[in-house]
Amino acid sequence: MIGSETATADSGSVVTALVAHGDDNLVLAQRLGEWISNAPELEEDIALGNIALDHLGVARALYTHAGEIEGRGRTEDDFAMRRAEREFLNVLLVEQPNGDFAHTMVRALFFDAYQVDLWEGMTASDDETLSGIAARAGKEARYHLLHSSAWVVRLGDGTEESHRRAQNAVDALWRFTGELFQGPGQVSPQRWRAAIEEVLDEAGLGIPDDPHQRGGGRRGLHSEHLGPLLAEMQWMQRSYPGLQW
Amino acid sequence: MVTMAPAGKVELARSVASGVVDPEIPVLTIADLGILRQVSWDRGRVRVTITPTYSGCPAMRQIEDDLRSALAGAGLPDVKIATVHHPAWSSDWITAEGREKLAEFGIAPPLPDGVVLCPRCRSSAPRLIARFGSTACKALMVCSSCGEPFDYFKEY
Repeated sequence: MIGSETATADSGSVVTALVAHGDDNLVLAQRLGEWISNAPELEEDIALGNIALDHLGVARALYTHAGEIEGRGRTEDDFAMRRAEREFLNVLLVEQPNGDFAHTMVRALFFDAYQVDLWEGMTASDDETLSGIAARAGKEARYHLLHSSAWVVRLGDGTEESHRRAQNAVDALWRFTGELFQGPGQVSPQRWRAAIEEVLDEAGLGIPDDPHQRGGGRRGLHSEHLGPLLAEMQWMQRSYPGLQW
Repeated sequence: MVTMAPAGKVELARSVASGVVDPEIPVLTIADLGILRQVSWDRGRVRVTITPTYSGCPAMRQIEDDLRSALAGAGLPDVKIATVHHPAWSSDWITAEGREKLAEFGIAPPLPDGVVLCPRCRSSAPRLIARFGSTACKALMVCSSCGEPFDYFKEY
């Protein structure tokens, strides 16, 4: 019986990991969706909408797969729409408000560089479905990273005002980056930092000295910003449980 | 009532499924795009296997619905449509015929070594306008020779 208990514990931690990565992608998709019709130019409006859709698609695939492994009949909608804030396991970085465009792009840079490494590692998974999802998400993350890097360089190395805003964004969001390396998933903080430093150097932006880091998202302890986001996203299912169209 | 043998049903299903077009690029079928992976007989019914392209492609659900109604229209109402994530779809899977159809339609197809040819004048010196275009799979380019703005089906 010990064997079967171990198997259950293992599949439980696999489900938790899939849900955590799904939550990162869902919450960021919802955040990016807030830009639609508000982006600084039409091309960017379309870009942010497309990127949000990619993250949403990754979340859906991960939730569906988590539900299949768990075997309790939970669907992607159960994970997205019928869990409370404390059950969400996303990192604090993705739930941070969009702020100005520089904030959104710096947040994207930090997260995209993390996901490029994350998916590369998971592509080697023995779990074929996860490996396929990761291979696809990896291609998308690399493309997203081209976009966010180009914008951070353009803003950092742009006008005095764009530089000031980009540096403010780096200073404000840096404290949420340490959490990316606390698992689940193996991502090297050294590789991540090297990739980020290359972009920030080119942009003429500096990394803050402040060593203070925030965490807790992976344990369901969130900043004050997640609740309102979920309230808006889940409103329909909470008000009309099981509603379909 | 004529009862068709499973082999005949699979053949029919394959030919019907191969004709279903992509809702966003209707000059291409899902077979041209490489989305249609397999048509087989499984536990007493036809099984159609498809692989999603981009994670964020909103056309996938539509393709599933279109497959279901095309097959039902051909007398095959009881069909299992399975989504398989492995191996991940690649733009390499677009057939040669599919690439030609794209170019004729005015969308530059993905070519080896990242070459992008203007679908109007065939010049190979385009400039990127926007990495993200009208659908998840396309970027927006402009030809440096003839000035034509065009969609590029991204290498993926």
